[in-house]
Amino acid sequence: MIASSWLLVAFPALGALILLAGGRRTDAWGHLLGCATVLASFAYGLALFFTSNGEPEDVTLYSWLPAGDLQVDIGLRIDALSLVFVLLITGVGSLIHIYAIGYMSEDSDRRRFFGYFNLFVAAMLVLVLGDNFVSLYLGWEGVGLASYLLIGWYQWKPSAATAAKKAFIMNRVGDVGLALAIFLMWKNIGSVSYDDVFAGIGDVEPGVSLAIGLLLLLGACGKSGQFPLQAWLPDAMEGPTPVSALIHAATMVTAGVYLIARSAPIYNANPDAQLAVVIIGAITLLLGAIIGCAYDDIKKVLAYSTVSQIGYMMLAVGLGPFGYALGIMHLLTHGFFKAGLFLGAGSVMHGMNDEVDMRKFGGLWRKMPITFATFGIGYLALIGFPFSAGYFSKDAIIAAAFGQEETWRAWLFGGAAVLGAGLTAFYMTRLMLMTFFGKRRWTEITSEDGREFHPHESPPVMTVPMILLAIGSAGAGAFFVFNHQLAEWLTPSLGKLQEAEHGVISHSVVPFVVVGISALGVLLAWLFVGRQETPVERPEASAVVRAARNDLYGNTLNETLVARPGVWLSRALVYVDNKGVDGFVNGLAALLGGSSGRLRRLQTGFVRSYALSMLAGSFLLMGLLLMVRFA
Amino acid sequence: MTSFSQASMLLAQQGGQEVVGTGETLAFWVFGPLALAGGLGMIFVRNAVHSALWLVLTMLCLGVLYLLQSAPFLGFTQIIVYTGAVMMLFLFVLMMAGRDSADSMVEVLRGQRLLAALFGVGFAALLVGVLAPSLVSVPAEAPPNPYDPATGGGAGGLGRLIFTEFLFAFELTAALLIVAALAGIVLAYRDRREGPKRSQRELVEARFRGEYKRRSPAPGPGVFATGNSVATPALLPDGSIAPESLSELIESTNTARLIAEHERVLGAGDSHDDARALLGGESEQEGERT
Amino acid sequence: MTPTYYLLLAALLFAVGAVGVLVRRNAIVVFMCIELMLNSVNLTLVTFARVSGELDGQVMAFFVMVVAAAEVVVGLAIIMAIFRARRSASVDDTNLLKY
Repeated sequence: MIASSWLLVAFPALGALILLAGGRRTDAWGHLLGCATVLASFAYGLALFFTSNGEPEDVTLYSWLPAGDLQVDIGLRIDALSLVFVLLITGVGSLIHIYAIGYMSEDSDRRRFFGYFNLFVAAMLVLVLGDNFVSLYLGWEGVGLASYLLIGWYQWKPSAATAAKKAFIMNRVGDVGLALAIFLMWKNIGSVSYDDVFAGIGDVEPGVSLAIGLLLLLGACGKSGQFPLQAWLPDAMEGPTPVSALIHAATMVTAGVYLIARSAPIYNANPDAQLAVVIIGAITLLLGAIIGCAYDDIKKVLAYSTVSQIGYMMLAVGLGPFGYALGIMHLLTHGFFKAGLFLGAGSVMHGMNDEVDMRKFGGLWRKMPITFATFGIGYLALIGFPFSAGYFSKDAIIAAAFGQEETWRAWLFGGAAVLGAGLTAFYMTRLMLMTFFGKRRWTEITSEDGREFHPHESPPVMTVPMILLAIGSAGAGAFFVFNHQLAEWLTPSLGKLQEAEHGVISHSVVPFVVVGISALGVLLAWLFVGRQETPVERPEASAVVRAARNDLYGNTLNETLVARPGVWLSRALVYVDNKGVDGFVNGLAALLGGSSGRLRRLQTGFVRSYALSMLAGSFLLMGLLLMVRFA
Repeated sequence: MTSFSQASMLLAQQGGQEVVGTGETLAFWVFGPLALAGGLGMIFVRNAVHSALWLVLTMLCLGVLYLLQSAPFLGFTQIIVYTGAVMMLFLFVLMMAGRDSADSMVEVLRGQRLLAALFGVGFAALLVGVLAPSLVSVPAEAPPNPYDPATGGGAGGLGRLIFTEFLFAFELTAALLIVAALAGIVLAYRDRREGPKRSQRELVEARFRGEYKRRSPAPGPGVFATGNSVATPALLPDGSIAPESLSELIESTNTARLIAEHERVLGAGDSHDDARALLGGESEQEGERT
Repeated sequence: MTPTYYLLLAALLFAVGAVGVLVRRNAIVVFMCIELMLNSVNLTLVTFARVSGELDGQVMAFFVMVVAAAEVVVGLAIIMAIFRARRSASVDDTNLLKY
């Protein structure tokens, strides 16, 4: 069973190959093949899950890079962590694939879409199933490629093309970090496979292991959209909604968290690296939450929400053995409800002529009841309504944050997490109120292409996956926490989940604090948004809101620090190339031309001048001969 | 003259080497500079005939110098043949062709005279510089006695060498002279009958009066020819061969091939391997539309 | 003096002849300068014959004279033909093959 686990990757990879290489001939059944492959992988993954006990088992497929002292094999590691990820990717992935059949039904290139989608699933599986860091890097790059292809799906839109490029380039910045970390590992430990690295990390100098930890963190920031590399994630909403749901909510952006969780021994060896992870997580969760309060684009709000929630996951895995399993649990529950929320947003857009501006929505709960219900369940899970999925996972993280040993850290990060929870409740409630409740603002206006709005419920092929995800959003948390099932399952990979004995706020009090703050957020949202009419045109606002609308100047920072100097450097190099290199070459040509023009004049046509040159030549020759003879 | 006494003492010390005798020295110092003056005069005077005369002076001096060096045959040959015949030839031609064209003093090419002088002087300086070390130290063997026909120089000695060792070269130069004489005759031949160039009208009239062999140019291969080599005779419009186009020098194409080609041109015969086979419909009659 | 003085004279005459070829424009005068160069070479040959005691130099000088005579005949015939055709004997007439 385990020996054939390469089939997990082979099914979607084969699907991608057939669909992309087959071309138009496969248009008729391409989408069905795309779903079938992911479902097949899901079934196989389930089988593996039920027959495994979580202990790591390695399957070496073949030797990939034997180069002197470096030996890299293509191998798979089937253990607890990789199996939960496999189930998440293929399970949520197959639901989103089915949804995409309906969502992309009007797109004539649907078959190619499924080809890219399958490519993504295959690459992501390589990422989580590899047994060495280079294999992980291979999958890492593969998902980056698939993300680029899918974000830029609407190729004719310049904004989409730019967003795809931006995502790829910012990912690349993170990838440099990951690559450098792998280089350091090989230099200091001599191998890149998980077993060898984790065994040898204790012998490495503290400075080097800190560097490795920070570089891995850089890679994770790039892929997961954490500060300072978060600017690409909101722009990635240019892609179709299934893409946003699968890649930018449930799976690809969680690859960073996977990386840090997988590299647990490295972080356990270096507390400073862990502190860095926690700081980044805290900054990002607040950043995403603040900005999410100010946007009117439904997908962008959800995108910033993703940024913020991954910040929670980073915070969790940064807490070390106290939080690895909690981060993974939040990752899984987030996969359910965020994917559900994105699919719901897609359903709303589908019914509203692909409009994304929430100011044009309002009162949709009557027109799209199923969407409203599933969206609502996801919303409750996200804000941590008691006993929903998010409640269990988010509160556990906040409790662990408060349980840190040093009190300043506990107050600082715990407080930040609580504040984030309140802001999350605020913006999500605002989103719900603007979209589904209130006055129907769309009756009086038309969409951008001039059509009127006729909101309608989506077909079953789209609503059934949403319902299934809503069930997960509701019950997954309880399921994971029951008897600490998830934490126990993950122990072989991540170590035993430790619980702090005393926290600055005790375990039992934390849920009340969090629910209280969240309720406060909901109340404020109702006061500011629910009770007043939402204007269709965006009004001017205070400085804070303007800053938030401007991504808290994240893009401006990137532009000033990186883009502008880059452009100046290019201009300077172009100048050097034009004047220096071209000048040299052209000068050489001009020199030749000029000198040949002068030399031409030797050819006067007169015999006597030629005779003169003969005399001169013989004179020179004789002189040379004599010099040689008498020298 | 210190170098002279130095040289003579040096040579005398080396014992038995003959030094150039006083008579020869005197003659050299008279005729040598004279020859040089003749050369310089030749290149500097404007009139071409004067130039030639200065050259005659040089050659005569050189003849004397040959005589001084125990080469009597050569010396006299120089005077009689070179000066007397060749230079006279020059003068004849000058009188005929180049007398009136005096070189103008203005030099057309910029810097030619300066550079010529420079390089000339440099060239001379180089040669003099090379020769200078040897001016005092070259020992001379006794020149062969020119009046001893067996071993010496002079006509007898030269003749002995020419007709034994250098016989082949002698024969070649004889042939060369004959060729040169022929060349001179041919190149300088002037057809007495040539009048001024005739205009086209006069030429046509002369042709039709019968002064030339044909009234029109000889026929080339022409439109109806089957090939463009000289051996292919030209065809007249009715298909027969023009007799004037048959070359007297080379063989024409043989008859069998000619007959086949003629039939093709005339359209007779059943040859369907040419472009006619590609025509659709009535092909044979197409050329007969009027 | 030594026989080398003859060589010196011959060298000077040769240089004079070379300069003359460059400077004069009348074709016949140019030809005469060439003859001067040939004569200087003859003098050199005869001097060496005298210095070495062998007669070979004189034989060579003899052949040079023969060839020079033949050359003069042909050259002058050509110059005359050219003169008849274009009424001018200047070497500067052929100047079309230029830049």
